[in-house]
Amino acid sequence: MALTAPAASPATWRDGKKYLWLLGLFVPAFPFLAWALANATGMGFFWWSELLLLYSAFPWIDHAVGKDPGNPPDALLAWLEQQRYYRWCTYLYLPLQYAGLVMACYLWSRGGLSTADKLGLAFTTGFVSGNGINAAHELGHKKDSVERWLSKVALAQTAYGHFFIEHNRGHHVRVATPQDPASARLGETYWRFWPRTVWGSLRSAWGLESRRLARTGRSPWTVRNDVLNAWAMTLVLFGTLMAVFGPGILPYLLLQAVVGFSLLETINYIEHYGLLRQKAGGERYERCAPRHSWNCNNLASNVLLYHLQRHSDHHANPTRRYQALRHVDEAPELPAGYPTMTLLAWIPPLWRRIMDERVLAHYGGDPDLANIQPGLHGRYRA
Amino acid sequence: MSRFQCPVCEYTYDERAGEPREGFPPGTAWAGVPDTWCCPDCGVREKVDFAETVGGSLGETTGEPPVNLGREPS
Repeated sequence: MALTAPAASPATWRDGKKYLWLLGLFVPAFPFLAWALANATGMGFFWWSELLLLYSAFPWIDHAVGKDPGNPPDALLAWLEQQRYYRWCTYLYLPLQYAGLVMACYLWSRGGLSTADKLGLAFTTGFVSGNGINAAHELGHKKDSVERWLSKVALAQTAYGHFFIEHNRGHHVRVATPQDPASARLGETYWRFWPRTVWGSLRSAWGLESRRLARTGRSPWTVRNDVLNAWAMTLVLFGTLMAVFGPGILPYLLLQAVVGFSLLETINYIEHYGLLRQKAGGERYERCAPRHSWNCNNLASNVLLYHLQRHSDHHANPTRRYQALRHVDEAPELPAGYPTMTLLAWIPPLWRRIMDERVLAHYGGDPDLANIQPGLHGRYRA
Repeated sequence: MSRFQCPVCEYTYDERAGEPREGFPPGTAWAGVPDTWCCPDCGVREKVDFAETVGGSLGETTGEPPVNLGREPS
């Protein structure tokens, strides 16, 4: 009998990405970096530095660093998930995110910045709060009640507390079907998707909580309603900041929130564009499979996004911690990382040119198998 | 009184404990839970996919969906 190879053990396997996850904290450090650079050079465009770096240098860095198809050994997944170090990498996002917001409020209220500078700072802060929704996403999927609470705290800055309900109980259930407001359809532009997902997700979150509370014999107008108590956090946050820094910061607070949740909705747009679960005979959709999410295995963007781009494994195992998410060979792969794809998503002709043919190729050229925008069937039938 | 486990995550519905947060007080039979109710932890599988656990645990998961020992949806 052949000797069996020794099973993988924590003593023989090293996680090459272990310390790279700390780089995720680079994102919430940006408002401070912007302030330091603008102050040192006197050049106002540094207030926009997050956007400038994300959309000029980062796509090339992401491409140059390349792919990372490595997976932790199956036998070590449970062990890897229990390592508390990885949790702290996400927890630490929150104090940095809020320190940046407080600094921005101070700078908006202090005077001395031009309106363009203030807008730049609002966009930079918005990108931090939008990426904070990704940290909230990681925390909100966990069974631990402290982590779920932290998720709501992270969402307060974007006034998107209902995401925590809708994403877990709505989106994950109906993903890649026409019924999901957060799954984009083939031919649907980002700008058309935006109102559908923003309003549809809010309505769905309210419905989910109302039905849950109705089963317990309560009206939805209670502090037990997780949509209402999450929004209350935003009111307390914005109210406190305005009490300290004056009501003049409100337009910038609102702008950074819209920028933040719009960035999240751009990621939503990318993740399932055109993908459709088929109806297996009866009324039920087939189970969600790796083929129903767009993935990207770029190392640099995956490190900044806590493996969000290993999206198929996330949908298969939503409670699995980010460090243990695996690359899946069957998953459709995007031509670039999510950060680069967000830029394309905002420019519909470019997006369609790059993505529509990939969706059609994924379905062997049959547009009827795709989640297609109603009324656009003619465009895709050759 | 039986227990039913989600085939994706480790969530288990125990008829004895119910799930009060979801509106199922202790003692709510599995038959009293709607078929469309989704796993409250992962949101991937609905009630009809849950499997009755024997002796309180499914044992090793193999990656294959476990045989559904639960009642047929009515």
